Amino acid sequence: MPIDILMPALSPTMEEGTLSKWLKKEGDKVASGDVLAEIETDKATMEVEAIDEGVLGKIVVPAGTENVKVNAVIAVILEEGESASDIGSSKPAAEAAQKPEAEAPKEKKSDAAAPVPAAPKAPVANEAASDPSIPEGTEMVPTTVREALRDAMAEEMRADDKVFVMGEEVAEYQGAYKITQGLLAEFGARRVVDTPITEHGFAGLGVGAAMAGLRPIVEFMTFNFAMQAIDQIINSAAKTLYMSGGQMGAPIVFRGPNGAAARVGAQHSQCYASWYSAIPGLKVVMPYSAADAKGLLKAAIRDPNPVIFLENEILYGQTFDVPKMDDFVLPIGKARIHKTGKDATIVSFGIGMTYAIKAIEELSKMGIDVELIDLRTIRPMDLPTVIESVKKTGRLVTVEEGYPQNSVGTEIATRVMQQAFDYLDAPIITIAGKDVPMPYAANLEKLALPNVGEVIDAVKAVTYTA
Amino acid sequence: MAPRKSSGAAARKPAAAKKSGLAGGITDFDKADEIKAYGEMLMIRRFEEKAGQLYGMGFIGGFCHLYIGQEAVVVGMQMALKDGDQVITGYRDHGHMLACGMEARGVMAELTGRRSGYSHGKGGSMHMFSKEKNFYGGHGIVGGQVSLGTGLAFANKYRGNDNVSLAYFGDGAANQGQVYESFNMAALWKLPVVYIIENNRYAMGTSTARSSAQSNFSLRGNSFGIPGHQVDGMDVRAVHAAAVEAVAHCRSGKGPIILEMLTYRYRGHSMSDPAKYRSKDEVQKMRSEHDPIEQVKARILELKHASEDDLKAIDKKVRDVVADAADFAQADKEPDASELYTDILL
Ligand SMILES: Cc1ncc(C[n+]2csc(CCOP(=O)(O)OP(=O)(O)O)c2C)c(N)n1
Ligand SMILES: [Mg+2]
Repeated sequence: MPIDILMPALSPTMEEGTLSKWLKKEGDKVASGDVLAEIETDKATMEVEAIDEGVLGKIVVPAGTENVKVNAVIAVILEEGESASDIGSSKPAAEAAQKPEAEAPKEKKSDAAAPVPAAPKAPVANEAASDPSIPEGTEMVPTTVREALRDAMAEEMRADDKVFVMGEEVAEYQGAYKITQGLLAEFGARRVVDTPITEHGFAGLGVGAAMAGLRPIVEFMTFNFAMQAIDQIINSAAKTLYMSGGQMGAPIVFRGPNGAAARVGAQHSQCYASWYSAIPGLKVVMPYSAADAKGLLKAAIRDPNPVIFLENEILYGQTFDVPKMDDFVLPIGKARIHKTGKDATIVSFGIGMTYAIKAIEELSKMGIDVELIDLRTIRPMDLPTVIESVKKTGRLVTVEEGYPQNSVGTEIATRVMQQAFDYLDAPIITIAGKDVPMPYAANLEKLALPNVGEVIDAVKAVTYTA
Repeated sequence: MAPRKSSGAAARKPAAAKKSGLAGGITDFDKADEIKAYGEMLMIRRFEEKAGQLYGMGFIGGFCHLYIGQEAVVVGMQMALKDGDQVITGYRDHGHMLACGMEARGVMAELTGRRSGYSHGKGGSMHMFSKEKNFYGGHGIVGGQVSLGTGLAFANKYRGNDNVSLAYFGDGAANQGQVYESFNMAALWKLPVVYIIENNRYAMGTSTARSSAQSNFSLRGNSFGIPGHQVDGMDVRAVHAAAVEAVAHCRSGKGPIILEMLTYRYRGHSMSDPAKYRSKDEVQKMRSEHDPIEQVKARILELKHASEDDLKAIDKKVRDVVADAADFAQADKEPDASELYTDILL
């Protein structure tokens, strides 16, 4: 039976790609392991290898086709003794079997690997209103979070020779998630340093270099691996200023993707926002939009303190407007009012914002006018902005992906209860990930994460809406 | 990137068995051994090819690290073990599980995240275990399994049995600090653990030359007095010979030992690795000149242990098992929603 070659998924988050080139033509013999075609995603060009033996009977998707969906038939291989006329009798292999129910995480994972133009432009209302530093009429450039982070590092490295970036695969490989793309070419191996897989070692080395006056940016391939290094981050980076009586500290940025990606399982899917925010001596930043990622990373690099900068793999490919300015820096420790409203307040940050934004759209259709605050910095926390909002709305819901016990939300709830108790008209609801390690199965992973429905229900509950 | 000096892309013959306390050498496989090794390596190869295919179709998600090219390592090691010996490794673990005798169906169903998988769909490609087969995972944090494997050996010594634990890790993992903390304790307390460094020359996109001040990993135990040996990890007989000696060394109470397996992965690091850090020639050369399965096949035919047709029959049987596992893993149900909250605490 002729064998369909399907457009492969080449990464945990890929949905479509460009079929850039065929390396075999119709009629060519193929053996298992032969490279058939090249496919481009925004992260990489990948090869499609043949698994079966036979003859390339028909190319269904010609070279140069963009936005080819994963699992579309791209070619047909004929086995010994078959001819092109047999094509058509074959059945798409995927059809027969039960598809995983949760093809749906795709909706949320709008994806690092999708081609850039396909990435949705998330709405960011009122941003300029909260950050008056952007002059009227400034040009806005659609930029992915990935590019914004890279631009921030490049600008700071151009401005200050003391700034360097270090981590696994940051140089020659251009970054495991392509955040450091192009930096090696511009700044050379002295300032863009590939390390061995030794997180505890290079985190400590970075802190030492910072104590000696350099400005390291230490990339963790993901923050899950920073657990190997957490002693140096907390015991050395966070405490040296205090222990030395102010003589020396560690001006260092620890950055990388944090939280769940897509189906990468228990050891690779954890949010560290509340962990690091418990530590005096650290600043903790967790941006949602590309503009915030850029302005806050620049601020973090200039900050004389250790800053934990928590990114998100799913947000990397999303596009937002970034102001075109020579030096766009945002203040650490200031929240951004994403949308003003009067009926209830939602406080979120990082990828949590994606649930909140969808929820407030739905809620506004029901006539509930929500004020949405993007915390941006977890420590120091901009509580005054939250309190101000709660005084107006009297109702509060927090949204994050991390574990529910000792979450950022429970911290906010405690402080709001202490400082604005008389203004509250309903108990605060904290939406978080479920109290379980992240499961691998698609359906369970979906259940383990927060969802838009939970946020909507929470707002309805605090506003006593049926 | 400048073309790397073909760094002996040709056969990396193991450095002479210096300072190793091991004779090195090759086990003289009889007919049964050759056929067994052939079938088991082929099973891993075909299983991995199918897993790659299912990943491409979206049935497997997340990270999926294939073992293609390295099959001789686990198969040769496993042939030297006895009941009760334990195995632990990292995330490139499908081959280890199959070699330990875990069922293809259960492994594949875990890859698709279904309820009949070894972890009921909750672990995934990187996290599978089988108490019954003494397979202790399946670990995603590079280097973490090395201390755990040392602990398995500690338990054997504590109980006074003569079982041995095999702790597998990569050339990249060999640079993690806890590896050396483990080496020290294992040597100090003479723990029966075989440290198997699967040196496939790359840790993701970083070659050993770019990551390691000492890239002869068999010497990494020197300062602790742990003997080490480089082994041609593409030749299942060489792996077996080293395994037999290493396991005997541990069983006789002499403490830990290191085996550096010189091997190679044909595919990218994981499914999303464009593998631009090495040349296609380098990969092609390894495949065509050192393939572990082709080597056995050639010997079998040359020595007339079996005919082409006999081998085709083995291949067919293997393909059938893999196809059955794949069908099963696609048709099986996802775990029940209630599983979300089970197995967190006892
Ligand atoms: C502590 C930690 N750091 C980084 C990673 C990301 N990572 C996964 S595999 C890998 C490369 C490991 O290479 P090696 O040890 O040589 O094993 P191989 O993949 O070649 O089998 C890296 C960097 C991780 N999983 N854990
Ligand atoms: Mg390796």
